[in-house]
Parts: sequence; C-alpha cells; structure tokens
Amino acid sequence: MPRHTHRRLKEAFIEKIFLSTALFAIFVTAGILWVLAFETLAFFKEIPFLSFLTDGQWTPLFSEPHFGILPLLAGTILTSAIAMAVAAPTGLISAIYLSEYATERIRHFMKPLLEMLAAVPTIVYGYFALTWLTPLLQSVLPDLAGFNALSPGIVMGMMIMPAVASISEDALHTVPIGLREGGFALGATRFQVAFQIVLPSAISGVLASLILGVSRAVGETMIVAIAAGLQPRLTFNPLVPIETAAAYIAQISMGDVPSGTLAYRTLFAVGMALFVFTFALNGLSFILRKRFREIYE
Amino acid sequence: MSKLPFRVRSPYRVEERLFPLLGFAVIFSSGLMFCVLLTDIVRDGLPRLDWQFLTSFPSRKPQKAGILAAIVGTLWVMGLIGLIAIPLGICAATYLEEYAPRNKWMNAIELNIANLAGVPSIIYGLLGLALFVRTLHLGRSLIAGAMTLSLLVIPIIILSSREALRAVPQSIREASYALGASRWETIRDQVWPAALPGILTGIILALSRAIGETAPLVAIGALTYVNFLPGSDLFSAQFPWFNLKCLLDPFSALPIQIFNWLSRPQKAFLTNAAAAILVLLALTFIMNSMAIVLRNRARKSMR
Repeated sequence: MPRHTHRRLKEAFIEKIFLSTALFAIFVTAGILWVLAFETLAFFKEIPFLSFLTDGQWTPLFSEPHFGILPLLAGTILTSAIAMAVAAPTGLISAIYLSEYATERIRHFMKPLLEMLAAVPTIVYGYFALTWLTPLLQSVLPDLAGFNALSPGIVMGMMIMPAVASISEDALHTVPIGLREGGFALGATRFQVAFQIVLPSAISGVLASLILGVSRAVGETMIVAIAAGLQPRLTFNPLVPIETAAAYIAQISMGDVPSGTLAYRTLFAVGMALFVFTFALNGLSFILRKRFREIYE
Repeated sequence: MSKLPFRVRSPYRVEERLFPLLGFAVIFSSGLMFCVLLTDIVRDGLPRLDWQFLTSFPSRKPQKAGILAAIVGTLWVMGLIGLIAIPLGICAATYLEEYAPRNKWMNAIELNIANLAGVPSIIYGLLGLALFVRTLHLGRSLIAGAMTLSLLVIPIIILSSREALRAVPQSIREASYALGASRWETIRDQVWPAALPGILTGIILALSRAIGETAPLVAIGALTYVNFLPGSDLFSAQFPWFNLKCLLDPFSALPIQIFNWLSRPQKAFLTNAAAAILVLLALTFIMNSMAIVLRNRARKSMR
C-alpha cells in the first residue's frame, strides 16, 4: 500500500473515532428519554393522566395510594421561587457591580470567591440549612417547623447566586466599550450607563443566566431532601414541611424499590416531568446566550 | 470596567453613591455567608475529626463510626470516572472544535451537549438505576456508580475542553499544516499540548463537581453500611495479576455517608456528618485551587 493512502486511511479512521465520541452525547439524551418514557408509559397505563394532574394528594406508598403531582409541583415552585427571590437580585447586583464599577483589583479578588461558593457540594449547603439557618430563622419566626421550605429555599438561592452572577457578568462584559463611551459622551452618569445602556444591551445574556438559575433550583435535590422534610403537601406556606419532585425521587429510590412496581414507575414519571421542564429551560437559556454572542462577536 | 480610557466623574446623585456600596455589600455578605458556613462546620466537625474517625468502618454507635470505606469508595469512583470520562470528553471536544462541519446537525449536537450539562443530577441517577443497575445487572457496584457519574461529568469536560481548544491560535495550526503535518498530527503535536493547561483545568473542576455529587448515588442506591474495603482484591497472585471482578463490589462514598448521617435523629451522627463534610470540603477546595492555579499559569503563557 502506498504511504499516502495509508496515511489518509489513518486520518479518516481517527476522525471517525472522534465523531463517535461526539455522538455519545446524543446517545445519552436518547438513553435518558428512552428509560424515562418506557417507565412513564407503563405508569400511565395504570394511573389516568388526568388524575395525575388534578389529584391533590401524593401518597404512592400508602395502602390507598394517590398519585397527584400537584403537591410535588407546589413544593418545587415554592422552593424555587424563594431561591430565585434571593439569587436574582443579589446575582444581578453583583454582576453589574463587578462589570461596571469594580476596579480590576477587586474583580481579581472577588471572582475566585464566587467560584469557591459555587464549588461547595450541595450536600454541604443542606447541612448548613438544617443545622444553622433553620434554628436561626426559628428564633425570629417561632411558627417555623424544624423542616420547612423557607430555609432550604434561601440556602438554594445562595448556592445559585454565583452562577447567575458569573454568567450575567460575562454578558455585561462583552457589551462593546463604544456603547459606554457614547453614553458618557452624551453626559450620562455611571448609573445611567449601567442601567440604561449596558443592561438593556446585554439583556438576553442576563435572562439566560436567570433561566439557568431557575433550572438549577428546580432540579436541586439534596438541599431540599435534607432540610425540607420529605412530606408532600399541597400548600404555598413556606413554614411547614414540603417535598419537591427531585427530593421525592431521592427519597424513594434510596429505599431500593423493586423494578416493575408502581412505586418504581412513579420515579420515572416524576423524573420525566422534571427532565422535560429543565431541558426546555436549558435550551432556551442556551439559545438566548448564543444569540447574544452572535450580536457582539 | 477599568478598560475605559478615561476617568468618569459622575455628578452627585444618591444612586451614584449608593449603588457601588450596595454592590460591594452584596458580594461582601456572600463572602461572609461563606465564612459563616465554614466556621459552623469547623466548629461542629473539627473536634470529631481524628485518626480513629478516618480509619474506622461505619457503625451503629456514632463514637465508633468512621469514614474509611467511604473515602476508599470515593477514591475508587473518582479513578474510574477519570478513566471513562476524560478520554471520551477530550475526543468529543476535539471533534467538535477541529473536525466538525458547521451545519444544522452540529448545531443540534452542540445544543444537546450544553443541555446535558444542565440536566439535574438526579435524572442521571435514574438513568444509571434503570440502565446500569437493573438492565445491565451491574448492581449497586463501583462500576455502576462510576459510569453514572461519568455521564454527568462528560458534558462538562466537553464544554471546558472546547473552550481550551478554541483558545489555541489559528496560526499554530496553519504553521503546522504548512510544514506538511496532517490534521491528526497537528492536533496531537500542536493543538493538544497548547490546550493542555486549559483542558486540565476543566477536568479538575469537573472531577471536583463529581466528588460532591450525592443525588445520583442516592438514586442508584449506593450503600451506606460497608464494612469492607471495596476493590481491595484488584491485584492477585496468579496470572493475569489483577481481577476486574472487584469492580462489581458494592461501595459507599463520602457524600452518601454524610447524607445517611444527616437523616438520622441522634445528635452525635450530625457531628459525624460535620466531620465528614470537612474532609469532603478539603478535597473539593484542594482540587479547585489546583484548577485556579493552573488556569492563571495557562493565561500567562498564552499572552
């Protein structure tokens, strides 16, 4: 075989290997969808879809089981809303401060700090919510139960804030300097430039960071599993124990349910709801960020 | 915004003075919360953290319990993840950056990978439970846990490796082609070495994420009461001198052990959890500081 043919074959072979690893991502997504869909369909053969959506009780392990997703949904919305109420304002303020006001020295110091906060494993945040924040809040709010939605919600906000701050800051940072100079040349103040020129220009990147934050909050498992009580309850009261969809999955699969049972299938039905929702949010966030990058690069 | 070529003097207005203060206060207080979190855990856990705790197996008596099996399990899982996820992640990133044509399909793959990086970790746990533990009958073994966490880590490694590859100047590739090197030779001899610090940074960050992941391990049902060292019979006296069957050993890991202790009512187990968290945090921060140092060095050499 001539040498150059050999070389071409080798090149083509290596390219195919690399291609197959890239396609791996597709296989994983397909695998997730297949596994979830398979068990979810089996679940809905036994439980009508309508009662899944409208039944107000979620008691799959009781002798008289109810399979209504609403309590888990309410718990998820409640904790995520509390988390975003903490993460959105603090994350955005930090981002605007770091990008528009802070000197290079402060940025250099602050960014690793935010990264360290983002690196703390979520189980550690769970411990913090359970043993530190809940007792502290109880001294202010005597009605607060030992397990509740408020404390893990706030701690989840702390956990998400660095991600929101860092992605928004990247977006604000890519706004061309010329836009700011134009603003200053017209006599705008720093505050006006930041909020009326830079923030609107970077809005799709900032929105992307917030959407990603929501998706993180919805999918967060351990903080709520540890500190929110694992009790599905249809309420928006942040002071009582609740359960989120992700925490339910952790709670049940921990007790090694046998394959093929209805309880096993509920895991995948709940997982499907969680996956579809977060996948849609992540996709939206990705598209927003990409569009933003295309405008300015 | 120190890149502005002039100094901005804003007229006196309340928001002009207040906003920088507010911004600083917000970041400062998040730093403060971090310190509170650390001191809280150190205060609870440090007195418990002794040699006995590090070298004992789990026990029903909190004073006798320890994290030896959990540490060994975590090290095993991390090693296996490294073997599985690093080659796959780097090769996929290389394909997407160096080979992939720009078309609809590649955009779809790209969107897909970015999306996978954001899928809640508990979903990966469900996939691992259905696919590895049940369908492939691997049980709640080391290899099932490592494969589940690898699925979670690979998209993260792909994203960060791509960024590192993208930062390699095009001129290096062009120079290599001009000297007659093929595409693969260019990648192997020029692009990968130049991107190595960036790729390593991404890998370390991904592994430090994996070391603290609890939810997927909870979902696949990793054990918390393991009174032997998983994978200890890897090497054997006869040919072929190692035996891969030990990858099917059940295992425990640090985050799982912590979660188990946290869900018990006795106060003494909470103390154990705090001490184990200290070990976990130490591992995480060591890995993260390594990544930050590597990244700073890489940035300097790029300039």
